[in-house]
Amino acid sequence: MQQLVAYTVIGLTTGAIYALASSGLVVTYVTSGVFNIAHGAIGMIAAFSYWQVRFEWGWSAPIALIAILGVLCPTLGLVIDRVALRGLAQATEVTRLTATVALMAAFIGIATWIWPPENRQPFRGFFDGNNVSVLGVNVGWNKIIALIAAVVVAGGLRILLYKTRLGIQMRAVVDDRSLAELNGARPARIASASWALGASLAGLAGILLAAEVQLNVVPLTLLVINAYAAAIFGRLKSLPLTFLGAMALGLTEAYLLWGQGQSWFPETIGGFSTSGLRQATPTIFLFLLLMLLPQAKLRAGAARVRERSAIPQWNTAILGAAVLVIGSIAVTGMMTRSNTIYLIQALIMALAVVSLVPLTGYAGLVSLAPLTFAGIGAVLMSKMPGDGNVVSLIAVVVVVALIGAVVALPALRLEGIYLALATGAFALLVSILVFNQGKIFSNGVAEVPPLRIPGVDLSQPRPKAIFLSVAFAVVGLLLVALRRSSLGRQFVAMKDSPLAGATLGMNLVRTKALAFAMSAAIASLAGALDAGKVAPDNYTFDRSLPILLLAIVSGVGSIGGAFFGGMLLGSNTVLASIVPSVSKITQVMPGLIGLSMGRNPNGTASQIATGFRPVTSHPQSLLTALSGIGALWLLTSVDIISHWGFFAALVIWGLGIVPNLPALAVTSGRSRVFCLLIAAVGMGIAAFFDDIFDAVPTGGRLLAIIVLFVVVGNAIRRVHTPVAPTSKSSPDLMGLTGFTPEELSQSDRAIKVVP
Amino acid sequence: MSAIGEPILELKNISASYDAISVLHDVNITVRRGEVMALLGPNGAGKSTVLKIASALMRPTQGSVHIAGHDLTGAAASELARLGVCTIPEGRGIFPNLTVRENLEMAARKGLAVSVIQERAFARFPILAERRTQLAGTLSGGQQQMLSLARGLATDPVLLMLDEMSMGLAPIVVADLYEQVQAIAAEGVSVLVIEQFARTVLGIADTAVVMSHGHVRFSGNASDVDEATLSSAYLGTK
Repeated sequence: MQQLVAYTVIGLTTGAIYALASSGLVVTYVTSGVFNIAHGAIGMIAAFSYWQVRFEWGWSAPIALIAILGVLCPTLGLVIDRVALRGLAQATEVTRLTATVALMAAFIGIATWIWPPENRQPFRGFFDGNNVSVLGVNVGWNKIIALIAAVVVAGGLRILLYKTRLGIQMRAVVDDRSLAELNGARPARIASASWALGASLAGLAGILLAAEVQLNVVPLTLLVINAYAAAIFGRLKSLPLTFLGAMALGLTEAYLLWGQGQSWFPETIGGFSTSGLRQATPTIFLFLLLMLLPQAKLRAGAARVRERSAIPQWNTAILGAAVLVIGSIAVTGMMTRSNTIYLIQALIMALAVVSLVPLTGYAGLVSLAPLTFAGIGAVLMSKMPGDGNVVSLIAVVVVVALIGAVVALPALRLEGIYLALATGAFALLVSILVFNQGKIFSNGVAEVPPLRIPGVDLSQPRPKAIFLSVAFAVVGLLLVALRRSSLGRQFVAMKDSPLAGATLGMNLVRTKALAFAMSAAIASLAGALDAGKVAPDNYTFDRSLPILLLAIVSGVGSIGGAFFGGMLLGSNTVLASIVPSVSKITQVMPGLIGLSMGRNPNGTASQIATGFRPVTSHPQSLLTALSGIGALWLLTSVDIISHWGFFAALVIWGLGIVPNLPALAVTSGRSRVFCLLIAAVGMGIAAFFDDIFDAVPTGGRLLAIIVLFVVVGNAIRRVHTPVAPTSKSSPDLMGLTGFTPEELSQSDRAIKVVP
Repeated sequence: MSAIGEPILELKNISASYDAISVLHDVNITVRRGEVMALLGPNGAGKSTVLKIASALMRPTQGSVHIAGHDLTGAAASELARLGVCTIPEGRGIFPNLTVRENLEMAARKGLAVSVIQERAFARFPILAERRTQLAGTLSGGQQQMLSLARGLATDPVLLMLDEMSMGLAPIVVADLYEQVQAIAAEGVSVLVIEQFARTVLGIADTAVVMSHGHVRFSGNASDVDEATLSSAYLGTK
């Protein structure tokens, strides 16, 4: 009995913390319409900051609380709203979701950067060491405070949202933004207020939670899964239900904890260890709740499709594939063994990114689990008999494709954030319940055998790198064939307007399942071809996030974009090997790139592509650009310029000068001379960067590089006459926007609208 | 009744475009105090764009917007609302997830208490009083339109702009609503009514503007709008 009371108290206090976190999540969703994946990350940042000021700098608890919850968190919320999300008010749900995924990635990067996981003082809760006796059970003050805070917040939020003008305006803005404005509300200010409030609630939950589980970046961030589960229980709107869900979750966890200590509790079920069960409770909870949600209504012409990528042409696709394969043969011949291994990693990443092309790029479905399928592929490959037989590889791909389709089936009824969350929950479940089983990864490692192809030794880096580029090229060509096929058009039609698709007789369930299966199959290659020792840590949920981010940012509709994204991900390690001090920046990079979407919802890649398009279509400029890079490489390899100089010069050349080359070619006379002068000075400063910025620390140097390239780029742009990028707009038919004019006229002919 | 009062809404030389497609060309419209103006034209004539510009939801590429003699080009929509410009957009101008009472509360601001708004709204449309705690999204189409009208009028607007109020409503409901609009104008409020169906609204309007393809084709007394003007605007015949 005593034990029952004790575990109930534990459950209720844990539930209280979840309730705090989830209420913040609901408040931002209800008032700004954005489901903030980064909610937990904000709490994590708050917990670390609180620890910094309270235990490292020794501030008193009330002052520390005011500083974090009253100043830091609201400011963070405001900045997120203003910088990251303001430009996305009209964007699709998926884009906004991705922006918050970017935030999460950025926060994780920043936290590991500022607070590296070594020599840390313990995080102590409020009135640590003092206990209160509740029904004969000793309970720490931290827990009591959590419970009180949850009750106060619950009441306060209820009053705010339903009884105050600000609250009613908050809800009105979500209902109809422009109508609210026509009624005199100021949506911008209201959104800022709700983000400030939501961030503070996340912070409070983070601080209370850190006292229970200690400081640890990823677990603290992911503990919001609990908040997601509770929030979904409240259907993302009802605060009372959200609180109920949070409490139920807290109690379930506590009783499972109790049960696991008892003799009657099974240690294994069907040969699988149950040790991860308690940890997985919230995720299971979330997954089940999502499955129980009612069928999403089909929406007519969403039409605001972000990326409108061109239909891939066979000649460019074949050319690209050939360049990739020949290029990798040539490049690996000159590379050191360790650099080849980096290239292999980048190619594996590129395969993982390209797995999202059919799913997200074509069919418009979001998955937060690409690496989970890669992990399943790796595990199956390591267990397959035949030791790297090609037949085993084919079997693995088929099995993972089936798993992908099966996982997709229950999720097919879901859309937007719900679908994304379901795939995220799947990723976590596989991590916690499957990958940590001793049977799956014995001693935490699995040995993936290299593929056996007669005459080729794929255990050596160079053949492996070449083989992977061939694999990528083949997958790319298959995807081009897919996009040009009837099925590919069905995928795009489903993204543009599921309703229109259904009324034309498309089987949406089959189409969605196929998209998932194909994506899973490609992702499995990223695991099965990555021969060597692999650990479950390679395939976790938080590692999948940058994959999705870079896929979306670098243009998920195109295979070239996916390759670019993979190389960017891989370049983290490559860049770090050239310039070690840059590695911290590259940790934050995916997040920062994703955040730039807030400024330009069309994605950074399209922006860059627009800037570079004149260059690629102007052979002379392209040649100049490439020889410039070659020259820099040469100068660095003979030690004329330093590594920092190389990095700086590359940025200024690539981003500041190259986009201006075609315009420079047609500019004449004095202004041309002037432009060349600016470029020369900029490159000069960059090349001897180390000597000029000798005493400046890393952060200052990076800032200097950014300032330099912005100044050089803009100065040149001012002087010459710009070459306008050509833009093509396609006709709009019933909200189907992803089609080219040729495809539309083709379908017009098919249904005999025109002869 | 002819146009007598001072100008309340003046759109001067307005041009506007969506991206590269220009939809309004040098449009001039003046609504005077106490006047009911009908803005007519076929689908795609630019009527709703005129309304968006007049309520500051969209910025013109050229020209200026004046309210009661003040140049307010480029002001925020919320500013115009606070100055007494009340717009009821196309569709139902309500917040479906707020209750009737909360919908009315959205109109409250400094110097205008919630209780006053409710009193006025319920006096005009008694049915709303019975439904005050109901979510607005669960009201019938006509009741929703009443709610948005009631909310707009409770703010003592100087200018009321209605976009396609009749859409999706039974004719008898429409007739009821327009009766209310006439009563409002009699109180001195200027009204700009946008309609695709000309006959419904010409009966209550003082003046009319007929548009097609982004141009004003006719501007004058409502009674002067004849078949020839309408059919040339709607059908493109002379």
